[in-house]
Amino acid sequence: MIRIEKLSKVYYPGTVNEIAAIRDVDLHVAEGDFITIIGSNGAGKTTLFNLVSGNQPATTGRIFVNDTDVTSHAEYKRAAYIGRIFQDPRLGTAGRMALEDNLIIAYKKGMKGLKISLNSRRRDFFREQLTKLEMGLENRLKDNVGLFSGGQRQALTLLMMVISRPSLILLDEHTAALDPKNASIVLDLTTRFIREYGLTTMMVTHNMGQAIAYGNRLLMMDKGEIILDVAGEEKKNLTVEKLIDKFHKIRHASFENDEALLSP
Amino acid sequence: MIEGILVEGLIYALMALGVFVTFRILDFPDLTVDGSFPLGAAIMAAMVVAGANPWFALLVAFAGGVSAGVVTAMIHNKLKVPHLLAGILTMTMLYSINIRVLGNRANIPLIRQETILSQVAAFGAAWFSTEWSMFVFFVIVIVVTKLLLDVFFRTDLGLTIGALGDNPQMVIATGVNPEHLKVIGVALSNGLVAVSGAFAAQFLGFADVNLGLGIIIAGLASVMIGEFLLRSNRIGVLTLRVILGSILFRAIMYLGRFYGYYINLTPNDLKLITGLLIIVSLIITKTRTPRTRPWKPLSNSAIPEPRPATGPAVIEETDQ
Ligand SMILES: Nc1ncnc2c1ncn2[C@@H]1O[C@H](COP(=O)(O)OP(=O)(O)OP(=O)(O)O)[C@@H](O)[C@H]1O
Ligand SMILES: [Mg+2]
Repeated sequence: MIRIEKLSKVYYPGTVNEIAAIRDVDLHVAEGDFITIIGSNGAGKTTLFNLVSGNQPATTGRIFVNDTDVTSHAEYKRAAYIGRIFQDPRLGTAGRMALEDNLIIAYKKGMKGLKISLNSRRRDFFREQLTKLEMGLENRLKDNVGLFSGGQRQALTLLMMVISRPSLILLDEHTAALDPKNASIVLDLTTRFIREYGLTTMMVTHNMGQAIAYGNRLLMMDKGEIILDVAGEEKKNLTVEKLIDKFHKIRHASFENDEALLSP
Repeated sequence: MIEGILVEGLIYALMALGVFVTFRILDFPDLTVDGSFPLGAAIMAAMVVAGANPWFALLVAFAGGVSAGVVTAMIHNKLKVPHLLAGILTMTMLYSINIRVLGNRANIPLIRQETILSQVAAFGAAWFSTEWSMFVFFVIVIVVTKLLLDVFFRTDLGLTIGALGDNPQMVIATGVNPEHLKVIGVALSNGLVAVSGAFAAQFLGFADVNLGLGIIIAGLASVMIGEFLLRSNRIGVLTLRVILGSILFRAIMYLGRFYGYYINLTPNDLKLITGLLIIVSLIITKTRTPRTRPWKPLSNSAIPEPRPATGPAVIEETDQ
């Protein structure tokens, strides 16, 4: 489904501040893959998502989606099939607009016309969808989204993404800003939606246990490279200890700092 | 006198609605207005003097304003120039263009010309005085415009334009090019402003290249005064309060003109008063308790934080 070839991203090239955030990454994501991605701060996880989603141009390399070269396609065009959720719950929704308005904008993907699509049939559909979140939002269609809690807003972002029917979703620590209870609610919802709609998923997390428990494939990134790629049985048998051990072997580096960062 | 204030308030309300669309809905502080207002006036005056149908001239004035808005939005989109600078560029260029439209003069008188307003006065003469005929006419114009805007901002396109002013990242995520929305919004805004200018020229009896001087500030003041009158997040109320704000602003200016004399104010001081009015509005808005957010703000390394709440370019509780 997604093929990434020799992808790299250099910030401030040719200056003393030059940063190679992504280095020569090759990656093939199959339809239906649920990939978890771990790596220390600055490893390049967010940058990888920025390149795949088209938020930033790649320095070199190509990105193919279903064998179409999308490397030069604008972000809004790729949004037709790529959904993305950020860590900040405010980035996914328009806080100063009512819940129902947010939903209709997400539902009608692509350039909009002069039609008024919000009608009672759609509202019923939205209510039905909102009940899946089990947060009582189905009774708050006219409320501004800015009034909702971070957890409610992130769950809503998830729902809005799902009803816009993407084929690939990029989740960037999307539960990290939430308290533990809300984080687990949103994570449960995430896995439910992924299963229900058969979404191909890439999920960045700082929680090693989560990265091991979820998905069928695990990537570890470090210094702009994918240094570990485990799938299938091997992934199922992973433990946090084994993961740390593998990192040691690959990098021959002291893991002390990273151990602290990648909490199990 | 009261009918004069009302008519003026309604004419300038069209301009204030345009300012509302860019500043409040689109979050695109657009200064083109200072040029597109006299552009509308100039087109109307030049065409009427040349013997054109004034209704057709109104349409051309609207188209002129739309074009000015498109130019500003394109400068901003394509050259990645900040909003304010893009608007100032267009506004400055319009100064020369407006003089051209006026026939290389600074103004054109419209006395004894057949205009929409002279038609309205003649038509209403059986029932009303000239002033009240105009008042009835502009009430109709404003109500129709307001209702059209209300409907527009409920359509899928209008809602998305509203979302752009709130969260551009979300608009991109729904597969829409924000640049297109900016062109549409800024064009619509300047179209309204130019129509307002066209009516102002007929009402004042002349078009002048300096008619637009500081008009953006008058529009902004009207929008902000309106915001003190009514609090709501419904588009119907938002547009209504812009109109009420415009009328109230004209009333304040009228008082300044007629009674300011006693405290040694001259008409030249009105711009100062307008500016002070805005500053006072800002101070009042700032000292109101800010709404608290239920979660801590966080930033994602690659995506800029949503813009901070500063000054007039932010809608307090807007939504459609
Ligand atoms: N827009 C940018 N401009 C300049 N440098 C950037 C930009 N975005 C990322 N970088 C740099 O690229 C490197 C990779 O950053 P990135 O945000 O991708 O890391 P990450 O793996 O997502 O880290 P974290 O776990 O902290 O979110 C870092 O050194 C970062 O400073
Ligand atoms: Mg990151």
